[in-house]
Amino acid sequence: MSGVAAQTGLDIREVEQFLYREARLADEHDYDGWEALWTDDALYWVPAGGDDTDPERQMSVIYDNRNRIATRIKQLKTGKRYAQSPPSNLRRLISNVEIVTVEGTDTVVGANFLVVESRERGTTMWAGRTTYRLRRAGDDIRLAYKKVVLVDSAQALFTLAFLI
Amino acid sequence: MTVQYSELIQPERVHGSLYTDQDIFAEELQRIWYRTWVCVGHVSEVARPGDYVRKKVASQDVIMTRSKDGEVSLLLNRCAHRGNLVCEDQRGNSSTFRCPYHGWTYRNTGEMLGYPYNQGYGGKGKLSLGLGRVPRVDTYQGFVFASFAADGPSLKEHLGAAAGELDRLARLSPEGEIELTAGWLQHRAKANWKLLVENETDGYHPQFVHGSVFSVTGSHIGTLYSDKSTAVTRDLGGGHSENDLRPEFRKMEPMNWFGTSEARVPDYVAKMRALHGEQAEEILIEGAPHVMVFPNLFVAEISVFMINPVAVDETVQNVTAVQLKGAPEMNRRLLSQCIGSVGPAGMLLADDSEMYERNQRGVTARVPEWLDIRRGAHRERVDENGFRIGAANDETGMRGFWSHYRSLMEGEAQ
Ligand code: FES
Ligand SMILES: [Fe+2]
Repeated sequence: MSGVAAQTGLDIREVEQFLYREARLADEHDYDGWEALWTDDALYWVPAGGDDTDPERQMSVIYDNRNRIATRIKQLKTGKRYAQSPPSNLRRLISNVEIVTVEGTDTVVGANFLVVESRERGTTMWAGRTTYRLRRAGDDIRLAYKKVVLVDSAQALFTLAFLI
Repeated sequence: MTVQYSELIQPERVHGSLYTDQDIFAEELQRIWYRTWVCVGHVSEVARPGDYVRKKVASQDVIMTRSKDGEVSLLLNRCAHRGNLVCEDQRGNSSTFRCPYHGWTYRNTGEMLGYPYNQGYGGKGKLSLGLGRVPRVDTYQGFVFASFAADGPSLKEHLGAAAGELDRLARLSPEGEIELTAGWLQHRAKANWKLLVENETDGYHPQFVHGSVFSVTGSHIGTLYSDKSTAVTRDLGGGHSENDLRPEFRKMEPMNWFGTSEARVPDYVAKMRALHGEQAEEILIEGAPHVMVFPNLFVAEISVFMINPVAVDETVQNVTAVQLKGAPEMNRRLLSQCIGSVGPAGMLLADDSEMYERNQRGVTARVPEWLDIRRGAHRERVDENGFRIGAANDETGMRGFWSHYRSLMEGEAQ
């Protein structure tokens, strides 16, 4: 994939550092920091019932455009989003990071994750694979697309109100 | 154990043990879930002959099928040989099911087709065994209901006045039919199923539990349930109830019930006006119902919920978007708004679910033992059709639920 890296200026180390940062901002409920990662044409998608559903016709757990991401963040920041107030204690591991392809200005990246969520209900593990589209913006990298396919996407899920 | 339900369920309070007692839960399965009419799905989920989809009625694993004659059956997912599951896929299309264990085969109506090495049974056609069938299956406005009791009230009798609310949903479609074809979110909560049902009927909580999303979106939903609202809570009898928001919607423009305007869905509005003439105005203003159909079907305008109990303190709430046949312009919006609102990450339902779970933990405290359901009892009145109604945020619906629940739990067991 060295050709890919040269073409886009995103090397695997940079990509990993970005994914780790995004994960930490989500884990630590740094809502403003997390929201600032997104591009204006953002899409944040958590499918339900498998990874090949049509989000324009089928239910998804989350299917947020940039506008709805903003609403979600604003709701969390009211402090009265009870499903995250008090917030879950979270830590996630990101691994198996691969640069999948380059499409125009976007680098498509895949990675596995495991999130451990602790709240009064108990401890819940969330695992899956995420597809990211990353785009260089000046010195920064921005997130244009995040699709989170849960290994449990076909099962009944507990409330998932933190940023996955 | 003999539980005295008349002591636990009183006109203005119900006992905390109703949400935590394992024996009561076991008795509910027998007297409610495996007896009365329970909603399991919609005919549009098995649109073509051979379509099937797996469903749950409490712990019962049921396959909803459509035969080549178009008949919808509910089969128990249990092989007549030694009880293996005969269907592993969640959905698909097949006229037959073949048990993977020893290869017995069945038609999608449940009749046995055959068994391998048939000499072991003295030849072909010697066994009169088939898949179990839910004894009574009936549909209303395409909703498929199951009753495990061989006899009892008909679906029509069970639905009573709630049927009119499902009619009101269907008439929003230019073809008079809704479809539930968007797939289901399955939302798990560590809470007794009745806390979900009660919350669905509760017009008191929205301002508080959903204040966060109302404030950031400027939604008018909160005011529909405020102290100044002219909306009413109606006990429809049979444990069914509705939050009738029409008195508020009637003060608004057509399509405002859906938070939109005519100008944004011009094709839909034109179709409805062409179809219904003058009556279209009323349909487009009054919008969709907000009705809890005992014990597990909840229609909240644009979302359809089916509640399924897993354990005394665990419930799965299935939810999907209403889709109106013949209204693609509406369906995209219905789906998008539904996804934003419901399910595990929904901006409304995640907070409801948080409340169910905190409520479940709360009721395990030893005192004061009771949950109060008297809100608005002193100001209840009877409407022109003889139904008991209360203010928008009164607990009239909950009281209706409990009185029917009590009659089922106290009546003769079947
Ligand atoms: S259990 Fe099904 S064929 Fe034996
Ligand atoms: Fe609610």
